[in-house]
Amino acid sequence: MNKALTIGGMAAAAFVITGWSVGFSQDRPSVPPPEGSPLGELISGYEFRTPETQALQDDDFINPGFLWVENGEELWETADGAAGKSCESCHGDAEDSMNGVGARYPVYSEATGKPINLEQRINLCRTENMQAEPWRWESPELLGMMTFVRYQSRGVPVAVEIDGPMQPFFEAGREFYYQRRGQLDMSCASCHEANYGMSLRADMLSQGHSNGFPTYRLKWQGVGSLHRRFRGCNQQVRADRFGYGSDEYINLELYLAWRGMGLPVETPAVRQ
Amino acid sequence: MAGVRPRVRVPKEAAKGEVVEIKTLISHQMESGQRRDSKGEIIPRQIINTFTCTFNGDEVFSADWHGAISANPYMQFFMTAEESGTFEFTWKDDDGSVYTETAELTVN
Repeated sequence: MNKALTIGGMAAAAFVITGWSVGFSQDRPSVPPPEGSPLGELISGYEFRTPETQALQDDDFINPGFLWVENGEELWETADGAAGKSCESCHGDAEDSMNGVGARYPVYSEATGKPINLEQRINLCRTENMQAEPWRWESPELLGMMTFVRYQSRGVPVAVEIDGPMQPFFEAGREFYYQRRGQLDMSCASCHEANYGMSLRADMLSQGHSNGFPTYRLKWQGVGSLHRRFRGCNQQVRADRFGYGSDEYINLELYLAWRGMGLPVETPAVRQ
Repeated sequence: MAGVRPRVRVPKEAAKGEVVEIKTLISHQMESGQRRDSKGEIIPRQIINTFTCTFNGDEVFSADWHGAISANPYMQFFMTAEESGTFEFTWKDDDGSVYTETAELTVN
């Protein structure tokens, strides 16, 4: 009886993490990391997915994320708010004006004295320049516009500023990343730095880069924001979740963008 | 249902006897009828239950869909091109809505 229990225990332990399973090739594409990075090479989350999921992202017609891109494109041309303006009224053709923009957020905001991300920038445009109501986080409108704007930077390497006024927020983001939290006592690094490429039950752990967001996740059956993913990760380690657009998540978004500096934006990516 | 967006991709031209690939995607939440809202009430099922493709009025492909079909359903199938004509794609919603899309094929 005792022996059976022990064997059962060992089987359970072996079940938790298994290494380098088939499907994760050792010679996958990667880019060199930024100076001071703890990672030897940067690998996009795309490389950790199955060929079937990759095929969904590879073809712009099949990729369901493009339903959000098209929705955003329509909103771009639609006037809203008391000022009677659309995004297009000021920014013109998004293909030119938004090229590269999504790759450099979060940026420092003089007005608030802290970093703001692209969702917040879009809503600032709405409240200040269009005199319209801000869009709710994870609403189809904000996700559509986010996906559309980030899509204009597809292929552009992620490049955020972390110096000067951004430095304390970058440090706070790094601290958040390495802070163990929740009932499982895990930090972001426990999975995405120490164990990427390993299988966690049916999932394969990636390096946790943000270059594909907003991402179409098969689990979500839709497009979701990076902060939604943060909340999911925090919940999975049984930790308190922070709010959409909270300072904690904005700092983490900044730090995470730096960790993936040089990886091309893949929005709209498709993930498991 | 509002905001449903069909997308269709077929080749514009084909040789006689060539097998052409037809791809369709439609945005739809495909609410299964199994989920509950925050109050514990069942969210009523609302899915696209029938998909049909006709070519010059003749049915070339059709499918009945049920509760386990994913959101934003994608369909891919093939047809042998014999003559020029028009594809008509139809998706029927549980709420009675019908979404349609057409595409032209020229056979040389």
